[in-house]
Amino acid sequence: MGKIELTKVRKSFGDVHVIPGIDLQINDGEFVVFVGPSGCGKSTLLRLIAGLEDTSSGTIEIDGKDATNLPPAKRGLAMVFQSYALYPHMTVRKNIAFPLKMAGMEQAEQDKRVERAAKVLNLANYLDRRPGQLSGGQRQRVAIGRAIVREPAAFLFDEPLSNLDAALRVGMRQEISELHQSLKTTMIYVTHDQVEAMTMADKIVVLNAGNIEQVGAPLELYNNPRNLFVAGFIGSPKMNFIEGAEAAKHNAHTIGVRPEHITVGQGPWEGVVGLSEHLGSDSFLKVAVDGIGTLTVRAPGEVNAHHGDRIKLAPGGKIHRFDANGLAI
Amino acid sequence: MSTQSSRFAARMMVAPSVALLLIWMIVPLAMTLYYSFRLYRLISPDRTGWVGFNNYLWFVNSPDFWLALFNTLALVGGVLIITVVLGMLIALLIDQPVKGQGVLRILVIAPFFVMPPVAASIWENLFMHPQNGLFAAVARSFGAQPILFLENYPMLSVIGIVSWEWLPFATLILLTALQSLSSEQLEAAEMDGASALSRFRYIILPHATRAITVVILIQTIFLLGIFGEIFTTTQGGPGSASTTLPYMIFKQAIAAKDIGRAAAGGIIAVILANIVAYFLMRSIGKHLDA
Repeated sequence: MGKIELTKVRKSFGDVHVIPGIDLQINDGEFVVFVGPSGCGKSTLLRLIAGLEDTSSGTIEIDGKDATNLPPAKRGLAMVFQSYALYPHMTVRKNIAFPLKMAGMEQAEQDKRVERAAKVLNLANYLDRRPGQLSGGQRQRVAIGRAIVREPAAFLFDEPLSNLDAALRVGMRQEISELHQSLKTTMIYVTHDQVEAMTMADKIVVLNAGNIEQVGAPLELYNNPRNLFVAGFIGSPKMNFIEGAEAAKHNAHTIGVRPEHITVGQGPWEGVVGLSEHLGSDSFLKVAVDGIGTLTVRAPGEVNAHHGDRIKLAPGGKIHRFDANGLAI
Repeated sequence: MSTQSSRFAARMMVAPSVALLLIWMIVPLAMTLYYSFRLYRLISPDRTGWVGFNNYLWFVNSPDFWLALFNTLALVGGVLIITVVLGMLIALLIDQPVKGQGVLRILVIAPFFVMPPVAASIWENLFMHPQNGLFAAVARSFGAQPILFLENYPMLSVIGIVSWEWLPFATLILLTALQSLSSEQLEAAEMDGASALSRFRYIILPHATRAITVVILIQTIFLLGIFGEIFTTTQGGPGSASTTLPYMIFKQAIAAKDIGRAAAGGIIAVILANIVAYFLMRSIGKHLDA
């Protein structure tokens, strides 16, 4: 149904090698998230799969058939764009029906599918409005509606939530996850937001400068990052990296300790609190630890530590060890 | 700008320019209206007086009038169709990323800068001339008789010349419309399975509707008054075959020196322009609203 396999896919724009070579397998029904910093090639990779860009070399197989040179429409994929890319002069109904109309489907069947999609996405009352009269979240749902009516082999999402405000983003995130639960269709989702990646994905693909750094389930990446980049990218706030003598004690070039794994109160490390943010549920502290440097600490609940206080810290949980090349030991 | 005093102040500020514009418009119109009911011939200036609707009746009953009316509308309609259709095709073409795009665009726009009589002379002497013209040379190279454009197809020739002049304008406006279309919309349509033709029909054309409306309205204003091209090439002939309403008015005013009849023709032209404007605004004016 929606199995996608990339083999040695390369993409260059002139002399710039955006994607130097990627092998990746996406299984049917999986929710895969491409995550990475801006400019890491994640959107380009998605557009290669969609067929909106030509591959420089390598093959893309969809359901076991070579799709490398197929035009986008023939690949059986649907895409939701960052700007939604709704057709402004068409009503919501016509927007959603557009791919069906292009496929030459009968009017009755078109109406049936549009109604069904509208019901799923809570758009039934807005079918005769134009996109300009809708809020951001509703436009997002129309874009998703336009994708699901085609019953594609896989959905491609290109940073679909980045134009929404924070509250709406959480809501839409859940809606997309639920949609995946009910449709069980392969979804490929591009984002730079690791919270989206962690909460939604079955499998996360971490990209950096066009290369895959690590592929795995969210918690696998969190618990066993393969290298410094993944360790620093997954998890919020960012993992603390310590080099030098403290790292040497653990027989490593660099050690990493997550902010949430450091406990406040007793311990071998001592330092002065710099910035302290108290959110009620958590407290974030920046502590200048003697002989180590500044560490970020995330303590649950309220911690009585303020700017200028001296506190003691203890590393708990897992200490990640990395060699001189940045690879996990 | 919504309190009562600020609205009043705004009206007071605008009033002088509105008044000036009104006088600017009303005085010539009123004078034309006045002369259109008078006997006023420059050949016999001492014979004056009111003649009622005689000037109008003469104009409407003159054998050339209905032909001139038809020619005027044919000129406007023909040029509009040619420039919008060809303009859209050229705009689609030069919107493609090619080398030397800047130079290409300047070349496309160039004809617009050629003055109407010059453009008409170029076409008459370098292209359509039965001995020296390029078209005649092409016809002869195929062993055919050169076509006598201005003699046998005077109105079509004028429409061709005027279209050549106005094509760059239409192309330019439509090109900017194409460039303002978000590429994601086209990509979305491509993903949705729309062929190139469907993308044009359902995405590009609706997006360009407003630009097309602007092209049609602006061109109509200028095309209704086309005169220089006809004066330079056919002089309204052969016979009256390429006489338009403006050219007929010109003949009355300058050749026949009958100001009264020319004024009546002017008023008829104003009425015609308003009828055209009314139907244009009714049919396509809604596209101008945001």
